[in-house]
Amino acid sequence: MRSIGKYLSSAWRALFGDPVRAFGFVSLILLLTLAIAPAKDHFSQWHSYQRKYIALIRDRGDAVSLRRRMEPGIHQIWLPELGVVDRCNTCHLGLKEASLSDVTQQPFRKHPVIPHPVDGFGCVICHGGQGPATTVAEAHHSERAGEEPILPMRYIESGCGQCHQNALTGTPQLNLGRTMLTRYGCVHCHAITRPDGSKIEATDHPPSLAHLADKATREWIFSWLKDPQAYAASTTMPNFKLSDADASDISAYLVSSSTPQAGDTGAAGTKPAAAAETAAGPSLYGESFCASCHSVQNAAGNLVGGDLGPELTRIGNKAKPEWLAAWLQNPRVYDSTTLMPHYRFTPQQIAALVDFLQAKSDSDYGSGVHLDAATPQQIAHGRKLIVELGCAACHEINGVQKPENFAPDLSSIGSKPLAQIVFLPGMEHSLPSYIVAKIRQPRAFGSSVKMPQFTLTASQTDALATALLALTARSRSMPDSLRVAVVPETNYHPAGHAGKLITELACLSCHRFNGRGGDMAPDLSWEGSSVQRQWLTAFLHNPNTLRPSLIRRMPRFNLSDSDNTTLTDYILSVYQSPAIDADLAPTTTTPDAIEHGRQLFYSKYACQACHIVDTKTDKGYIGPTLTQVGSRLTPAWIYEWLKSPQALRPGAAEPNQNMSDEDARALTAFLMSLKAPGGRGAK
Amino acid sequence: MMTRSTANFGIWAFAAVALLSLAELAGCRHSAPANAVLKATAQGTALVESSGGHQVGVTGTALKDPLVVQVNDDQGNAVPGALIEFHGPAGVSFDPSAVLTDSSGQATTAVTLGDTSGRYQIDAVTPGKTKPVSLEIVETALDYQERVGAILADKYCNRCHDPESSPVRVSNYDNLEIKPHPFTEGNTLNKMSDADLTSIIQHGGPALNRSALMPPYGNTLSGSDVKALIACTRAVSDPPYQPPGTVYERK
Repeated sequence: MRSIGKYLSSAWRALFGDPVRAFGFVSLILLLTLAIAPAKDHFSQWHSYQRKYIALIRDRGDAVSLRRRMEPGIHQIWLPELGVVDRCNTCHLGLKEASLSDVTQQPFRKHPVIPHPVDGFGCVICHGGQGPATTVAEAHHSERAGEEPILPMRYIESGCGQCHQNALTGTPQLNLGRTMLTRYGCVHCHAITRPDGSKIEATDHPPSLAHLADKATREWIFSWLKDPQAYAASTTMPNFKLSDADASDISAYLVSSSTPQAGDTGAAGTKPAAAAETAAGPSLYGESFCASCHSVQNAAGNLVGGDLGPELTRIGNKAKPEWLAAWLQNPRVYDSTTLMPHYRFTPQQIAALVDFLQAKSDSDYGSGVHLDAATPQQIAHGRKLIVELGCAACHEINGVQKPENFAPDLSSIGSKPLAQIVFLPGMEHSLPSYIVAKIRQPRAFGSSVKMPQFTLTASQTDALATALLALTARSRSMPDSLRVAVVPETNYHPAGHAGKLITELACLSCHRFNGRGGDMAPDLSWEGSSVQRQWLTAFLHNPNTLRPSLIRRMPRFNLSDSDNTTLTDYILSVYQSPAIDADLAPTTTTPDAIEHGRQLFYSKYACQACHIVDTKTDKGYIGPTLTQVGSRLTPAWIYEWLKSPQALRPGAAEPNQNMSDEDARALTAFLMSLKAPGGRGAK
Repeated sequence: MMTRSTANFGIWAFAAVALLSLAELAGCRHSAPANAVLKATAQGTALVESSGGHQVGVTGTALKDPLVVQVNDDQGNAVPGALIEFHGPAGVSFDPSAVLTDSSGQATTAVTLGDTSGRYQIDAVTPGKTKPVSLEIVETALDYQERVGAILADKYCNRCHDPESSPVRVSNYDNLEIKPHPFTEGNTLNKMSDADLTSIIQHGGPALNRSALMPPYGNTLSGSDVKALIACTRAVSDPPYQPPGTVYERK
């Protein structure tokens, strides 16, 4: 101890022995203290990246201009109205340098071309992470409360979705995710409100179960509930992972609560008419273009057909023949909101189709299921399960109310704080990985989780996650001027007797009218300006093929003459475009004009690349065949269409050729000269 | 004395901890990869690509189709139970990255491309009987603009420019007297400047004295659409497109 004391006192004397020495020492300490800040700055991460960037550009051809544009120090993009304070460009120095497109080393890569300037929106709006941070760890990886790691690139489209509520060309993944939210029925249970206050509405049509016993047996319901995908691989119904007893009790309640539907039992009373011949079924199925909406698994296990209606691979296992006959007779009796048209089939045709569809069955499916008659306790337990699992959120079920707010609201899921999430062991602590894991295996998050198991591919899961990640708090606080609203469906309903026919034939399932309807077939809002009466009447009687390369076709509805006339009259008088004035249509029919038009068609505009006028020489089949276009379209429509296809049908693939009036008139004269030979539609 | 021995102890302890952690780090880095549990039961002498090569995907996302490669022996017969490892540049991930060939001698992996657009060279490697055998496979990742181009091409161009037909889209290529150039045809398209491609897209084939069957899209597509189409063409071109003016020599 004494030696230490002696050592200290000698050190004190050495440093502060006389005033000059003391002054010198204190000054040294002061200088060192002052040097801490610049030293810290010099050894900071961003400073080292800036030095590396200078080294990178030093030997490039445009080093001088690159160096001139590079300002040392911390850079910042500050956008108060968006809440953006981004210093990412302190290290990401090459973002705006077009000449660095060959540099792959981060953080110096050029930003890929996007529609927005980096300075106008900042970085974190799309990429996530902490904008104000100046170290890689904090900017990219922080998991602290209120902070989030950077968003993996595969969800980057969620950034677009914060402002753009509409479907964009460049964001197919986001668009798919949004479609899935409505098509897979997510929004039946989870309410999602868009930033503009509108709600996302479901577009699937979960069938009503009020008359289920008419349609299917309890055994089928049991097998279906146990594993919906085993019956139809393409179904959107999720698997609730039910035990045998629970599935049996639910099926018991559904059957016992089902009330008979007049139409179904009426058909059951009389034996369906015998089919004329066995070959009639398949050909009728083909002629009626059932495959435009319904798919069937082929021998190779691939689904062939559309996805508007349910898959029919094993329909014979499910639907009772009497019900099927009643359904084909008029589907709207069983389900007034169905997308299925009311085909006017004859009893023989119905019998043939029922036979054909009943044969579509799998003898192994549900063969081992034998259910004993249910006790009242089991039925009551079935109802309890239905309430607990929220079946009525999607399906109409007798005796069970549709639950409100059954599952958590997802309107701000994209900003869910990490601190509120219980992650599974070994899982990456980030919002996207949580959302993906929850969609993939909801029940892994605890036995009390009610969310069922969906069967989705990895890309579908990523798409859903992208759509959900777009639902951020920022998207709600954003200025209205930046928001691009979704174009809502109108509530258009055609009127009168024709309106009733259009509803019965479910025209809006495939066609769009005045902003409402499907997108499988052309928009018919202006069909009345487009076509000729004789052609339309004949087409509604027996639709022929206009575009040979299309797989999905317009079916034949077996309309009566009076119904046909009503529809034709309505379409021709109501669905008129204000842009087309039939009185001003070019009326030239001189041989000279026709010949001039022909030359324009084949040489100047080379329309034969996509259209067929002469079946012997022309081969193009991208656009509709024009061999009889003079009997189909009106001259006013052809003329206006040639002038600007997109003005009449937005998004039309035919290019606008900026045609002169004179050329359009000559081409119209030529096309109008292409009449149907003799028979149908000829004048 | 006391303090010095404590200090000495401290130094030694520090050295020991540092050494241990270094060893740990080194161990981590060189620890056996995931295939440690995979025991190859056979070796082949050749690797061939079955499917999944030359795909065009999007940066940061998984390719649509899995990559399938096959191990063959000297006689060209498939070898089941051989080990295949997949390697790629930084950012590329494989699920799984090492796999044994199945009964038909094939190994399948899902490939996720990196965040940079461009070509990715992927290597499939199998130990082989005497020396490792490897196979190079090229995949392409598109960035935002290039993909917008690809989507537009699908709507406006591929019906004629892509000779391949699919059940939902029948190609019109064979019906055209003068055949259009597929966008992958680098030998022709790489020689055309951006300005040439722009005028042929905007004003049609006759603008450059080429086929009149190519219509003008200048009034249908916006300027940025045309740029996107060109970017897409450059990205998928084979052989790869070399942009002029980005190769710099040392001063």
